[in-house]
Amino acid sequence: MVDEHGRYGEFGGRYVPEALMGAVLELEKAWTEAWSDPGFRRELDALLAAVVGRPTPLYEAKRLSERVGARVLLKREDLAHTGAHKINNTIGQVLLAKRMGKTRIIAETGAGQHGVATATAAAYFGLPCVVFMGSTDVERQHLNVVRMELLGAELVPVDAGSATLKDAVNEALRDWVTNVEDTYYVIGSVVGPHPYPEIVASLQQVIGEEARRQCLQLTGELPDEVVACVGGGSNAIGLFRGFYDDDEVRLVGIEAGGEGGEGAHGASITRGTPGILHGARSLLLQDDEGLIAHAHSISAGLDYPGVGPEHAWLARSGRAHYESATDAEALAAFAALAETEGIIPALEPSHALAYLLRSGEGIRSRSSRRPAEQKGTVLLGLSGRGDKDVETVAKVRAAATS
Amino acid sequence: MTALLHHLEAVRSAGRKIFVPYLMAGIPDRVTFSDLLASDQADAIEVGLPFSDPLMDGPVIAEAGERAIAGGIGPLDAIDLVAQAPAGPPRPVMTYYNPIHHLGEDEFCRRVATGGIAGLIVPDLPLEESGSLRAAAAAHGLAWVPLVAPTSSPQRVMSIAATATGFVYAVSTLGVTGVRDSLSERSSRVVEACRAVTDLPILVGIGVSTPEQAHEAASTADGVVIGSAVVKRQVEEGHAAVESFFTAVRTALDA
Repeated sequence: MVDEHGRYGEFGGRYVPEALMGAVLELEKAWTEAWSDPGFRRELDALLAAVVGRPTPLYEAKRLSERVGARVLLKREDLAHTGAHKINNTIGQVLLAKRMGKTRIIAETGAGQHGVATATAAAYFGLPCVVFMGSTDVERQHLNVVRMELLGAELVPVDAGSATLKDAVNEALRDWVTNVEDTYYVIGSVVGPHPYPEIVASLQQVIGEEARRQCLQLTGELPDEVVACVGGGSNAIGLFRGFYDDDEVRLVGIEAGGEGGEGAHGASITRGTPGILHGARSLLLQDDEGLIAHAHSISAGLDYPGVGPEHAWLARSGRAHYESATDAEALAAFAALAETEGIIPALEPSHALAYLLRSGEGIRSRSSRRPAEQKGTVLLGLSGRGDKDVETVAKVRAAATS
Repeated sequence: MTALLHHLEAVRSAGRKIFVPYLMAGIPDRVTFSDLLASDQADAIEVGLPFSDPLMDGPVIAEAGERAIAGGIGPLDAIDLVAQAPAGPPRPVMTYYNPIHHLGEDEFCRRVATGGIAGLIVPDLPLEESGSLRAAAAAHGLAWVPLVAPTSSPQRVMSIAATATGFVYAVSTLGVTGVRDSLSERSSRVVEACRAVTDLPILVGIGVSTPEQAHEAASTADGVVIGSAVVKRQVEEGHAAVESFFTAVRTALDA
């Protein structure tokens, strides 16, 4: 799917300073060797079982199904160690860093889940870890800030630009340019210069492989739709990859619609244009001179003006479909899952849940396989748990009732 | 031969070292910036186009760019400012790739060439991704100034230097732009690696901050590019301070 130039169709590539070219070429070689080495794969699988707690369950959400009007299955990445899918990627990348002889780990983080997962993997392997985080996010994801510090990571707040995920990536890249010889940069999503999008997607595709198998076991057939939220897009790619060859399965990515209407948002696929950000050509939010726009979402993890090149390619080719859900819709869906299933989701997958609440009934009519009276089945990637967002939600609720 | 290269070769054949200061467009204001572009102390002036996500720049240049954008000067406005400036030394621009991509490579080159700009320096566009832009630049008579890093392999140094049509920009240290206390010991090694594969002028940049460091760097290189140390004065002190810094560097290079 990715070609030798690191492209997914017209997207992807390697737009990095010359100072980093040696490092990305070295990474590409090391990754290719590791991924085809049965020893590395065995070691990774053992870590995914013992450290991450895989496989995560596929959970039938019966009461939510009634409300939605379709049979809803949740892939419970919120039950992975540290509370989100991010650790699938970090445990693999830090294992690779160790294999490459790197002695220092850096990462960017938005919601803090990737920062926590990287700090966890670094602690497990005994490597020092520095995490860059926009100062806006430091404020709104306080719980994860404390967790990273407890895990022994050094947290560097970033004030530049919009002081969110985009700026944290810039700062991590600046650190990497400076310390490229001993430092491994653990990117948290399917973004960045080649081979990062491919590394992260390969490490996350375990989500989709498990989910497909579990769905067949549980229901005897494939789902009609597979749905996930998309910021950079790693949990969605990981889930979608399990179903690429199943043409009858509709893949749906949900972006951050933010304030809704003409307001600020993070919907780079549905409302963006082609451009270059953080080392890859993809779809992004920019102004008429090519300056990168500030994104907005109530969820820090979706507050990003770009998206992984594989998603841009899936959108362009028509294999996956993309819509957005607003902050308000996500908040309502957040409450709905808590009330119907006793699960407090992160605000990121609450956007995907909002899509279900909005159009779950329609899933039946979209499927040509089913008789008219039968409900459709939708498999949703519940990418993380919502402990980190409880304060944000409480503030919004307090403001609404005051 | 591009006009930029022709001009720099004339300096070199006169036995002088080449001085290329970097100025952020529109800083501290449009008029002062325009006046500085006419400086007779510089052999060429690298003009930074403001960008939202300058990942090769440290805080001094990044904040100057933010300030320009906040003042209503985007990359295209910056090109217009250069086009309207009085006559002076050749002016290549330093810009990140997205504004070029957004406008279209050929249209961007046409626009900068029409504005009298001498060449392109694009720090986030490596050799492998720059083929079509180099062709567009050549078609519009613009010099291409590629960067060579301390981490570039000998094979890459050769391939990169072969694309240069203005000068070769030898990055002296690992890291982003910024003011540093001393010149990296890697500087002379990068210059030597370039010298082995090209006859074009080789200028050391990123990490040259003082007249003394400029003098030291120019002992092996053909000249220097100085960025953050200039922009710091551009932001904080204004026209006279920038000019007197230019004079100090010029004196050190001519010594």
